[in-house]
Amino acid sequence: MPSERQTKRDFVAEHVRSIPRSGIRDFFDIVQSMDNVVSLGIGEPGFVTPWHIREAAIFALERGKTGYTSNFGLLKLRRAICAYLKENYHVEYDPNAEVLVTVGVSEALDIALRAIVNPGDEVLYHEPCYVSYHPSVVLTHGIGKAIRTRPENKFALTAEDIAASTTPRTKAIVLNFPSNPTGATLTREDVEKIARVCVDNDLLVITDEIYSELTYSGQHTSIAALPGMKERTIFLHGFSKAFAMTGFRIGYACAPAALTEAMLRVHQYSMLCASIISQEAALEALQKGLDDMATMREQYRLRRNFIVKSFNEIGLPCHMPNGAFYAFPSVRETGLTSREFAVQLLEQQRVAVVPGDAFGPGGEGHVRASYSGPMSDMEKAAERIAQFVKGLK
Amino acid sequence: MSIVMDPLLKLLEEHALRTPVDLAKMLNLPAEEVQRRIKQYEDDKVILGYKAVINDDKVDTDLVKAVIEVKIQPEREGGFDRIAKRIAKFDEVTSLFLMSGGYDLLIFVEGHSLRQVAQFVAEKLATLDGVTSTSTHFMLKTYKEQGVMMDGPDDYERLKISP
Repeated sequence: MPSERQTKRDFVAEHVRSIPRSGIRDFFDIVQSMDNVVSLGIGEPGFVTPWHIREAAIFALERGKTGYTSNFGLLKLRRAICAYLKENYHVEYDPNAEVLVTVGVSEALDIALRAIVNPGDEVLYHEPCYVSYHPSVVLTHGIGKAIRTRPENKFALTAEDIAASTTPRTKAIVLNFPSNPTGATLTREDVEKIARVCVDNDLLVITDEIYSELTYSGQHTSIAALPGMKERTIFLHGFSKAFAMTGFRIGYACAPAALTEAMLRVHQYSMLCASIISQEAALEALQKGLDDMATMREQYRLRRNFIVKSFNEIGLPCHMPNGAFYAFPSVRETGLTSREFAVQLLEQQRVAVVPGDAFGPGGEGHVRASYSGPMSDMEKAAERIAQFVKGLK
Repeated sequence: MSIVMDPLLKLLEEHALRTPVDLAKMLNLPAEEVQRRIKQYEDDKVILGYKAVINDDKVDTDLVKAVIEVKIQPEREGGFDRIAKRIAKFDEVTSLFLMSGGYDLLIFVEGHSLRQVAQFVAEKLATLDGVTSTSTHFMLKTYKEQGVMMDGPDDYERLKISP
């Protein structure tokens, strides 16, 4: 009897089935099963959210802030965001119509793509990159086209590479600088050249600047601030990395009114609004959290210096990343693939790094080592990795 | 640059056994410069010493620790200094602080038994000229010492791998 009722259909949508299982997830399962692992695989800050920000969240709960907010997000938060961006990114948005508070930059990216991609539109992105860019494009029935970035120029993206990948079907490009997993940043000159090619090809830019405060030397330049760019840019940012608020799930998208309105149409029906508690906390972060943020950045800098130099001493060439909190050393010299290196390192020395190919084919031959954790973890990891590599020779 | 802000001091404070080579890597300085600065700090008594933080619960010892609040009659010349320095000289005293509030000096003492600590208070401390009262509190359990948690890490475990 039961066999008559079994479905003959695959209920899962084809485009969803086509999204490969994350290369990180299965590695995660292996790591979880082991004890005493020093993990350099953490894609979030090694700090707890500063106390005053947590306190703002608690206080909001105490005051009974538990209802929905405007779809756009609390106006006072949007005002604070605009002031922050004007002061630090030199781009002005209208808090009433050009800012949308979202459930993390993850949601902002999703609604940006869903708002602008027609089936068959091409969306460019640079890889190795954060795991969700390509799948997010697939979910919109668009076509994601990767542009390879390379260690030879520290994984920067060039205008020439963009021009070479652009076709008449190209609608938009997703930028992420400072970049996960490479830590690459762009100079003002780089950004200006990229802006020119986007204007020449009439492309929309979606810029994910979540790591922008974590720039170690030189000034971060936002493409949205360049002449002619605001009208064609969706600026994404949040609080997760700079203020150690990953679990709060709070971010924002800024764009000219028409684009913001389009994103709102998706957001109002899918999320409705971001958590009011997280919004209150985010406001506190912008108003009083900048010193804490600077302190965390200086801590990351010291950790970065140590781990990157250690990699080079050990014989794993690693460029000094100028942003985010990831080092991306090459493991080619060992003769192992990224995955082999990561698995063997974990099994033999209980250090977890993420195989570079989890971030795209351009990551093969590298591993991503996060230096967001405590310095003592960096010291332990460096020692153990040195042992491991010595054992391979 | 104010001495308080030198990241080198913070790094040594966290873990005094960090080598000049490792510190140099972290600070992006030559190792000789790091060594020079450390020596300077030691000479200037900015760095007063290096001590291991021992977990007494794990060591088989009958060490008894107490905290004593002491009220002093300050002297005309020198205020609390003379008597504070005198008390500090006792071997039993591990730390001594001048405090604001309901008492004057806070003393941390160590002895091999409750009796020894009590004897110190009764015979050496309370009898001092200028000491007007003492209040002794015995330490029962250490949860955190010099920034180090005695137990293992918290229950909250961050995800070990995240994108």
